[in-house]
This record gives sequence, structure tokens and C-alpha cells, in this order.
Amino acid sequence: MSYINDLLFGVYPYIAGAIFLIGSWIRYDREQYTWRASSSQMLSSKGFRMASNLFHVGVLFIFFGHLVGLLTPHAVYEPFISTGGKQLLAIISGGIAGVVCWVGCFLLLKRRLGDKRVRATSTKADIFILILLFVQVTLGLLTIPFSMGHLDGSVMLLLAGWAQSLVTLQADAASHLVNVGFIYKLHIFVGLTMFVVFPFTRMVHIWSAPVKYFARGYQIVRQR
Amino acid sequence: MSHLLDRLKYLKKQKPESFSGGHGQTTDESRDWEDGYRQRWQHDKVVRSTHGVNCTGSCSWKIYVKNGLITWETQQTDYPRTRPDLPNHEPRGCPRGASYSWYIYSANRLKYPTVRKRLLKLWREAKARNSDPVAAWASIVEDDARAKSYKSVRGQGGFVRSSWDEVNEIIAASNTYTIKEHGPDRVIGFSPIPAMSMVSYAAGARYLSLIGGACLSFYDWYCDLPPASPMTWGEQTDVPESADWYNSNYIIAWGSNVPQTRTPDAHFFTEVRYKGTKTVGITPDYSEVAKLCDLWLNPKQGTDAALSMAFGHVILKEFHVDNPSQYFTDYVRKTTDMPFLVELEAREDGSYAAGRFTRASDFDAGLGQDNNPEWKTVAFDEQSNSFVVPNGSIGFRWGEKGKWNTEEKEASEGRSTTLKLSLLDSHDEVVSVGFPYFGGEENEHFTNNKFADVVHHNLPAKRINTVDGEKLVVTVYDLMLANYGIDRGLGGDFVATSYDDNAPYTPAWQEPITGVKRDVVIQVAREFADNANKTKGRSMVIVGAGMNHWYHMDMNYRGLMNMLIMCGCVGQSGGGWAHYVGQEKLRPQCGWLPLAFGLDWQRPPRHMNGTSFFYNHSSQWRYEKLDVDEILSPLADKSKWTGSLIDYNVRAERMGWLPSAPQLGTNPLELTKAAEAAGKSPQDYTVEQLKSGALSFACEDPDNPKNFPRNMFVWRSNLLGSSGKGHEYLLKYLLGTNHGLMNKDLGEDNGKKPEEVIWNDKGAEGKVDLLVTLDFRMSTTCLYSDIVLPTATWYEKDDLNTSDMHPFIHPLSAATDPAWEARSDWDIYKGIAEKFSEVCVGHLGVEKDIVTVPMQHDTPGELAQPMGVLDWKKGECEPVPGKSMPNLAVVERDYPNTYKRFTSVGPLLESLGNGGKGITWDTKEEVDFLKKLNWTHTEEGASEGRAKLETAIDAAEMILSLAPETNGTVAVKAWEALGEYTGLDHSHLAKPKEEEKIRFRDVQAQPRKIISSPTWSGLEDEHVSYNACYTNVHELIPWRTVTGRQQFYQDHEWMRDFGESLMSYRPPINTKSVNPIMNAKPNGNPEIALNWITPHQKWGIHSTYSDNLIMLTLSRGGPIIWMSEVDAAKVGIEDNDWVEIFNTNGAIAARVVVSQRVNEGMTMMYHAQERIVNVPGAETTGTRGGIHNSVTRVCPKPTHMIGGYAQQSYGFNYYGTVGSNRDEFVVVRKMKNIDWLDGEDNNTVQEAAK
Repeated sequence: MSYINDLLFGVYPYIAGAIFLIGSWIRYDREQYTWRASSSQMLSSKGFRMASNLFHVGVLFIFFGHLVGLLTPHAVYEPFISTGGKQLLAIISGGIAGVVCWVGCFLLLKRRLGDKRVRATSTKADIFILILLFVQVTLGLLTIPFSMGHLDGSVMLLLAGWAQSLVTLQADAASHLVNVGFIYKLHIFVGLTMFVVFPFTRMVHIWSAPVKYFARGYQIVRQR
Repeated sequence: MSHLLDRLKYLKKQKPESFSGGHGQTTDESRDWEDGYRQRWQHDKVVRSTHGVNCTGSCSWKIYVKNGLITWETQQTDYPRTRPDLPNHEPRGCPRGASYSWYIYSANRLKYPTVRKRLLKLWREAKARNSDPVAAWASIVEDDARAKSYKSVRGQGGFVRSSWDEVNEIIAASNTYTIKEHGPDRVIGFSPIPAMSMVSYAAGARYLSLIGGACLSFYDWYCDLPPASPMTWGEQTDVPESADWYNSNYIIAWGSNVPQTRTPDAHFFTEVRYKGTKTVGITPDYSEVAKLCDLWLNPKQGTDAALSMAFGHVILKEFHVDNPSQYFTDYVRKTTDMPFLVELEAREDGSYAAGRFTRASDFDAGLGQDNNPEWKTVAFDEQSNSFVVPNGSIGFRWGEKGKWNTEEKEASEGRSTTLKLSLLDSHDEVVSVGFPYFGGEENEHFTNNKFADVVHHNLPAKRINTVDGEKLVVTVYDLMLANYGIDRGLGGDFVATSYDDNAPYTPAWQEPITGVKRDVVIQVAREFADNANKTKGRSMVIVGAGMNHWYHMDMNYRGLMNMLIMCGCVGQSGGGWAHYVGQEKLRPQCGWLPLAFGLDWQRPPRHMNGTSFFYNHSSQWRYEKLDVDEILSPLADKSKWTGSLIDYNVRAERMGWLPSAPQLGTNPLELTKAAEAAGKSPQDYTVEQLKSGALSFACEDPDNPKNFPRNMFVWRSNLLGSSGKGHEYLLKYLLGTNHGLMNKDLGEDNGKKPEEVIWNDKGAEGKVDLLVTLDFRMSTTCLYSDIVLPTATWYEKDDLNTSDMHPFIHPLSAATDPAWEARSDWDIYKGIAEKFSEVCVGHLGVEKDIVTVPMQHDTPGELAQPMGVLDWKKGECEPVPGKSMPNLAVVERDYPNTYKRFTSVGPLLESLGNGGKGITWDTKEEVDFLKKLNWTHTEEGASEGRAKLETAIDAAEMILSLAPETNGTVAVKAWEALGEYTGLDHSHLAKPKEEEKIRFRDVQAQPRKIISSPTWSGLEDEHVSYNACYTNVHELIPWRTVTGRQQFYQDHEWMRDFGESLMSYRPPINTKSVNPIMNAKPNGNPEIALNWITPHQKWGIHSTYSDNLIMLTLSRGGPIIWMSEVDAAKVGIEDNDWVEIFNTNGAIAARVVVSQRVNEGMTMMYHAQERIVNVPGAETTGTRGGIHNSVTRVCPKPTHMIGGYAQQSYGFNYYGTVGSNRDEFVVVRKMKNIDWLDGEDNNTVQEAAK
């Protein structure tokens, strides 16, 4: 049991991370023409704006919520908010964003499978990644009732410990998760899997999010 | 090195500069991404080639090759320049050609030799039983069950991959078996338009000719051959190049959709308008050309002849009678039959009918003519006030030399003459002459204008004493005026006093028929003639095949030809008849003929006219509903004209008028053996057998298995997806497979059975044992074939291409090797020849074959039957080969040496010379040259020491060296040879180019302008644009007709009895294919009968096919028809509905385009839309919807069968029956069940018509 726990949460994260980074790199270098979001908005715009915006707003919040929530060391936020308070904050804000994202994702999935033109031009990967996202968001929402059962933040600390151990390259990261609930483990496993499939899907567009646009000048020209 | 690492410059000092107050900033991001754009257009090489579906464009294209693949094409712009006052030819091309490279690597590309699975299985089993391939083949086709098992599934897919070795062996075995058992004339080949890729055509024709197979003609079968042209000019089709449009001052585009179907040339049409030239469009629908015209006339479809009669009426009245144009008068006197005399035949009611031309032989001592006096026509000379025999009639062409010219001289003493046009002021008598009138015929779909069916006019006549007693004669000029309803003050029936009188053929008369206002008719006729008068003939008519596809196409065409000739436009720069349809002009013809038909090894080749072949052997005659009575002249003695239309064709074959294939009712190889056994010459023996009735012609018993066309090759053609008129008949009878025919034959219908053909109550089905098709795409024809051979595309082979639209000779070049296992046509037939030479050993050796040859145009045989028609079979005369029946030629075939002969230039060119159009010249010099150029064979045997023909380029060089058009030395020889006949020196036309030689690599470097040659009637000159009949007018070379001039009058007995000795309006025939089926198979939606018009389209004709994805995307993605808003509303059809189009001949399923462009009463389906893309089942037939020819059936016309009579003599692709199809009507109705017949559950039900 401990072997499987170690494998899934101690080793698998590094494999996933490696595939994610190296895979992205290789794709970026070798398949420049595939480096794109593959938007299907041109094929069918009906209800697309609503669905896409809901999804993206939700998912961005959740992404940064996980990033900050998991990787901020306990000592850093402790002076400002209690552990229980932080968990409650995460449940409420994450829950709202999760619902927003879930609705968007649901609408997008419905469109992808139901709209003839979109369906006809979808690759297997397009459909797969959307289903995976939908499952993952659903799992994320399903963790909320469990978290409600222990509002003291203890599980949250375990999860954060695991994540921080991973990024700080500590060998026993997996041990943090030995006693957390199955639903969390499943959520984490699917989450890691998303990193694995990332370079092989349209998710790579995340790397190229046009953040710079917010700061660029009106006109860009080359230097001599 | 890495896109990612290159971006990681965070450790480098960066200084993004900003400018314009921070609104702009600089960047130094990598520019590598721009290579994507750069590489998009980079390529490794560019090769010159062109497109050859059936395109007259012959456009120069740059074919780009990148990484070994053909990527795209763009237009070449390096043509030789024209003269300073003339726009250049380029850029040439159209969107269809530009989309061609799609085919090469498309899913539709044929990649491997494939065979119908059932046949291949049978073959492999048979091979396991017999080591001899011929015996193996016999065991398949001689077993009815086996033969039926693969024939009955033709058209239903099921191809499996084979190998070249295997398919060649099957083909060789099948050919050997057929030749041995049934005769070489039972092996048939069909390929159209040699000019589009002449080496590829020649490859198949050479193989077939060497083994004695029969090549079918296409031009007449496509109905693109206008028989009116040989009738009038003795010329197949010769037309001005498109640049000559620019020399015109008045252009009528009559049924020719120039911008759509002659896209690369259309610029001349618009450019000339900047000079002030007026353009008039005459088309029933609002076609694209109408937009380029100053005036648009839309006569009801099929009534063009009525319009041209009225034009002619105005022109003759105003410019020949009331206020004669000196130019017109001189022109018609010198260059037409107008001054020639025609004898009158007395009729029972005291009136007369025009008979045959008066001949020298009618006079005592033949007016001094000993040679062919019965072929020398007579006129009255004003200078000597006597009857004279002018130079130039056809009698001068053969048997003597030096007087076959159109100088204004009489022949006996060479005195100069002025021939009298009208006898009005010197007549002996005024007589009433009857003219047939057809405009009153009833037809439920066409408005008539009722008058008596014989209209009498009073004509001035002269009395002459002939060897047969006194006779009355009139001139063609007077006949013509009377025929057009111009009164000369002599009176007659229905004399028109003004254009507003309703009398034949005034502008008012045509109004109810055509629907065109009389004022416009008068205006156009006046402008047309006035311009021609002022400019000496610079009025032009551009005409398209649409007019020629009617049963009475000769009337449509002769109508406008007459206008041009009356106005002196023919043979003048910027004037004349511009018919651009399908013949594409094989410019180096004389160099190509020996290559294509193996004339370097054996002569004559076996030819067959396509229309008669398909009419007979696909049993379309079994359904003939057109009675001869319906098309006879009211002046004819109807009791003389019995039988069905097939009978006329059979008689024509027997009398040596038309060719035959299969020829005789027995194997010709056996016939020569039997003759030898009987100790007689093959000719005598055959004549004897025919006379006794022991032997008959194959056409007299087409349902007899001995007479089946057993093997068929189709290459460069989509016979079954496009040009196969009576498509469903072909499927049923030739192929024996699933079909949509709903017609009742003469047996079921209790119709009048033929007299000359043996009737069986059940017609034979599945006559063809092996159908082999060469193509590069899975066309409809391939789908129905037994063996499909993948051929090279136009970008993968070396070949030659010429056009009538421009004077250049153009190459096709191999940009890459043929993809997958494809091979060029040349290599495919070479491979078959090689295998055949191997397989035939033991079955066929050196054999004597007897070939029946009709009396051909441009040979002395054209003088065979000067007076009247006699049928030897009926005992009216003796069967004499070459005189009253076909010539019988014995040809020795060396079967085991077929391959060696195929690949070398044979000895007959050295011993017999080369030539064409009736002239011959010595060509040893050119053959020697070829030996040096192509090298010679060194291995022992038949080809040792002979010039090589190994590659397509070797073959191209043979064409180019032998043809006067591409070898100046030969051109000079040819003109000199012609000069012997005319007695005039023409060599000055080629002398300046004597040393010019065009080689294959020359044309690859740049299209080359060809050299003037007597093969053609115009000049390739630095000073004039090519214009047809230019040398007839300016070099005094006679037209190759009876009178040696342009003929308004056709005096053959059949022409007279079928009412077409002169021009008239004849309404469309009734094909009777709609009424038996209309409302007989209801689906609940209303039905409407519409005229079936099949013009050439925008998205897939001439330079690409209709299954091209790019073109499909631009159109509607599958077959469509067009109908008018009015008709659509009548039957509740809306745009894009699925409709079914059907009649007794078959059915089509297509979508409909409802457009105000289309006239009420007609529906158009663009030609050649494949039945393999987006075609559901038809409700009436229960089988898949067909092609545009699924609702047609050929109906031949007896006047096209005439032979042995000067210009009305057979020539391959030159004269003969044509497959008309525009008189057909169809039922159109909205479909209910859209059934895809594929079991994939995509069927839908269309809502009922509103």
C-alpha cells in the first residue's frame, strides 16, 4: 500500500512534471505550427462566449487559488489568518469559482459533443481533455463536503505539506498523503495526469497566454 | 537553435526602446517564424505542362516541384509576342486548370493496377487449371455462368490490387483469344481528342492498329463535329485563332459562352470592344457571355435556325437585291456555288423541285471534259454568253493535275470568265419551284408558324439540251433568294412585301417561333452585313456546341454559315465562323497519323465512327421511336424511304459510305484463309460470299455473339461518366450490368421493326468481355471497368498538345515520375504490346487480315457515286469494292512482332511516303533524321536498323519531324505537292521557314508557333492571324466540295429527300421519351416536362473534372441542374431541393438551382458531373441516379451517313453520324425519399412540394 502511495504521490508527480516541462519544450521547438489554442469559435459562436468566459474565469481563479493555497508556507500566512479561516476562505471562494468553472466546462463539453460542426472538427485529444477537465472540476467540488467535515484545516496542512515537500525535493512527500481521504487522492491523481497530457493537447496555449498584451505599446517594431 | 532557449534572454541585457512618447516600442524577437511564409513558396524546380481533359486552352503552366512532390501550378507568361497591333496571348489559364494539382495526391488517385475482384479470382483459378493464358481466358468467357458473375457486378466497386505483370497477361490473353476466335475487329478502342495529348492517344491507337483493332471516332460521337462544315466547305472544322477576334469589327457570340468555356481566350473578346467592336450575344439563357455583349438576344432554345433565316432574309434583300454590295457580289461569284446550275425535276402538280447540280457529262462530249465529266459542275459565263465548266470542281482534283483551283477561268481553253449569278435578266422561262417548309410542324413544346408544307416560288430558268433531252436549269443564287423568301417580282406563294408580313422567312415570321422581336433581328442583320460590306468581311460569329447538339444541327449551323458567306466574311481576317468545340486541332496531324495508326508498318488502319458503333452495339436502335417519315422532305417520294434508322446505317455501311466495326459477320483472319482454300483472292472471295448472302455485315446481326465487340479499351476518356449518350443502354447491353433503363423496345412496344437487321426478342446483354480503362482517377468509367490501369497525370508525362485557339505547339512534361505504380499511357501500351507479343505465340502468327474501308474524303474514292444511290444488296447494281461497296484491303499482321513494331519506325514511310488531305510527299530524309536522333535498334529481328520509339519523347520527335507544321522542309514539300494539283505555286508560304525545325525540348523551353501547312486552310503568318479558309480565298485553293467552292446547295439525293439541300428552319424532333412515363410512377409531387440542355460548366470542364474537391467546394458539392423560377413555382420546387430528372431512357438524382438566368421550358444540367459524388438513388429506377446522359438516347440522321460523294464522304472524326441530344425532354419533380442505397442510415424524407 505504501509502495503504491509512494509511487503515485512521490514518484508520479516528478514523472508528470518532467513530461509536462520537457514535453512542452519539445513541442514548442519542433511543432511550432501546433502551438495554439485551436479555438472553434469560428465554427459556432452560439453560447460560446458565455461558456468560454465562465470556464476560463473559473479555472484561472482555481489555478491561482491552488498555486497560492498549496505553496504558501504555513508560517507566511499564519500572522494574518488562522488555518481554519484560510480553509473556509478556500472553500467559499474556491467553491464559487469551482461552480462557475463547472458550469462553463459543462456548457463547453455539451457544445463540443453536440454541435455538429464543432464535433466534426474535434480531435480525440480535444474531447478527451475537456472530459478530463470536467471530471477534475467535479472531483474538486466533491471534496468540499468532505472538507466541511474537518474545518480545522488539518487536511489542508497535509496537502500543502505534500505540495511543498515536492517542490522542495524532499524524499518523503508522499507520506503526507497516507491518511487523507480517497477523494483527495483521486483529485490529486487526476490533477497530476493533467500535467502528463498537457504537452499533447491544446492546453499548451496556457504557456503562451498573452499576458504581455497588458503592458505592450500600441506599436511594436523591430530594432535595426 | 531552440525556439524556447532563444527566447530565454532574461540574463542578457535588454533594452526595449520606446518611442513616440511610449506609444511605440521596439523588439528583437526571433524572426524565424517568417521562414514559414518563405518556405511556403520555395520550390526545387519548375516544369512546363498543361491540362488535357478536352481543353482548347493549351495554356502554358508552371508546375512546381518541392521535395519530390508536385505542389502547385501557376500561369506561364513567356509566350512569343504577337504583332505590335495585337494583344498578347498570355496569361492563359482558368481556375479549373489551377486546381488540377489537387488530383495528384488525392484519395481519388489511382495508385495500382486493379482488377474487379470476381474476375481476378476467376483468372487465378483458371490459370491454376491452364498454364496457357489464352486457354485460361477462354475458360472464363466461354462459360456463361463465370462470364456473368463478373459482368453483372460492373459499376459496383470491388476492385482489388493486382500487378502490372498480371494485368498485362490478362489483357494480352483476352486480346489474343478475341482475335483468334472472333477477329481483330472485335477489339475496340475509344479515346478522344488526340490534340490534347497526342502521344498518349497514339500509344493506344498504335497498339490497336498493329493488332488490327478498331479505333472509334469521338468528335462526331460527342456531337461536336458540325457536319454542316464538311457539307459546306469540305473541311472538318477549321476556325480562326482567338487572336483573330481582335481583328473583327462585329462579333456575334451565338450559343458560345466565351468567358466560361474559353476562359483563357476571353480577354480578346473584351479587348476588342475597346476598339469599338460591337458584340452581340445570342443565347437562350442569360449566360456569362451576355454580360460582355452590347446586345443580348434570347431565342427559345432550339429555334436558332428560324432566327438565322430571318437574318438571311434581311441581308439578301438589302445587300444582294435592293442595294447590292459590290464586295458581296464579287465574293459569292468567286468563292461560292451560287453561279452554278442546278437542274429542275418536274413534279406531278406541274411545279418543279431543285435536283442535282448540272454536270459537264450532261452536255454533249462533256463540254470538252474527258476526265470525270460527271464530277464537273457547270455555270453560265457572261463574257462568252455560254455554258462553261469552271476550274476547281472536284472532278479536277483526281485523274488530272493543274486545274484544281478557283481562278476565274473555264477549264477547256483557260479563257477568263465572269460567272452569272442570277438568270433573272436572261431566262428562257419562269417556273414554279417548290421548297420544303418545316416551320409548320406540330410540337407540343415549340410554337410553329403554319404554312403549306411545300412553298412555291417563281424562278427564272434556262433551257438546256442534255444527253438525256431538254432540261430546265436555275442557279443556286436564284434558288437561295427564293428559299429565303425574297421576291424578285416573279411571285409565288406567300410573297412578303415587307419585313412585317408573316411569310417565310421574314423577321415577323420568326417572332412567334423564337420570341425575338423583329426590330432587333432587322437591326442585327443590317449592322452585321453593313460592317462586313465596309470592312471587307470583318464580321464574325463565335459559335458553341450547344447549337450543334440539336438533331437538326445542320440547319442551325448552315444558317449562320450562310450569313457569313453571303457577307463575304469567310476566309477574311477578323471574319468567319469560329466554332470552338472539342476538336482541339491536332496541328501536326500528318506527323502524328503514322505514329498513331501504325501507318509506318501497315495500311490502312481500322477506323469506326463512334455514333454508329454505339447506336448499333449498345442496342439503342432497338428503341428507335423516330420514324423516317417524320424527317423526310414533303417533296420526297415517301414510298422510297422505308425502314428504321438503323436500316439506313446498315445500308450506308454496305454501300461503302460509313465504316464498320466489327466489320463482317465472320473473323476476317478466317475469311482470308477460306479464300486461300478456295483458290481465290481474298477480295473476290469476300465479294462472292457477300453477294451470295453466305456472308453479311456484322451490323446486320448485332445480337449474334459472333459480332460482339468483345474487348474494349478506354483511355483519356470518361466514356461512361460523360460522353456516353444513352448511358443506361450502354450499361445494359454492352456491359450487362445494373441499369436504369425504363424504355420499351420495338418488340414490347409493337413498333416497326428494322428491315435490314435481324430482330431477336431479347437483345444480347453483356457483349463486352473485357473493359480496360486507363485513368489517373477513379472515374465513373473506371468504376464500370474490369481492369483499371493507373496512368500518369498531365504533370507526370511527356507529351504534346495543340489547340485551335492559338498557333503554338505546347508540351506536357513529367515534373515528377508517375506517383505510386502509375505509368504513362505510352509505357502502359508498350507493356501490353510486349506481353501480347509473348502470349500470342502459338495462337497467332503472321496473319492476313481483310479490312473494309469506306470511300473516304480526300481520296479518289470520294468520286465513287456521282449519280444516284444504288444498293447492291437489293440487286440494283453489282458489288464492286471501292465503287458500290467498301474497299477490301488485305493487311498482313505479324502478331509476334507487335512489340518490335510498336517500338520502331516502320518501313512504309520510306517506300510509300507520308501525307494527308489527299497529297503525298517523300519523307525518307525525315526518317533518316529520326534514325540519327532516336538511334536505331541493334538487336536482330523486325526492328533491326529502324529508328527507335522507346520513350514518349522518341514518339514526340517522330511527330515533330514528320509534320509540315513543325518541320519547315516538310512544309515546303507539302505545299509543292499541293501545287501540282492546283497548278499554282504555294511554296512561298513556307519557304521563309524552310530551315525551321521544332524539337520536343524546344517547346519545353517555350511554346513555339507552328509553320503554315496545306493540311490547314489558314496561315501561320507574321502578318495575318490564323483564319479558316484564308488560303481558299487568297491562294485560290478550292474548297474540297463538289463545286470546289463554298456550298449553299447540297445536291445529293438523300440531302434533297431529307429536305436539306438548302437551309431552312426545322423544329426539334419528338423523341417520345417523356409521355409514356410522365405521371406513371408518382411520388406525390407534381411533375413537369422540360427540354434537356447540357452545356459546359464553370466548375469542371475542359481542364479538370467535376469530382475535383476544390471545384466542388466552389459549386454545390455534387450534381446540380438549373431551372427557371417560373417552372420551379409550377411544381413547388425550391432552390437546393433534391429533384429527380427522368424519362424512359433513365433517371438522374440531383440538387436544383432555381435561377432567373434560365428560360422557361428548359432545364440545364452541366455536362459530365460524375455519378460518384453525392448522388442518391433515383425513385423511379430504384438504382443510383445517373449522369446527364442517363436520360438521352442517340438518334442518328441519315444525311450524315452519305458517302462516296465528294465532301459528303467519310473521314475519321471528319464526317459521319453524330450523337445529338438536345431535342430530349425530361420529367422533373421534387424527390420524396432521399435514399443513399448504402445501408448507412443516412436516408431522409424531403417535405412535399408546396
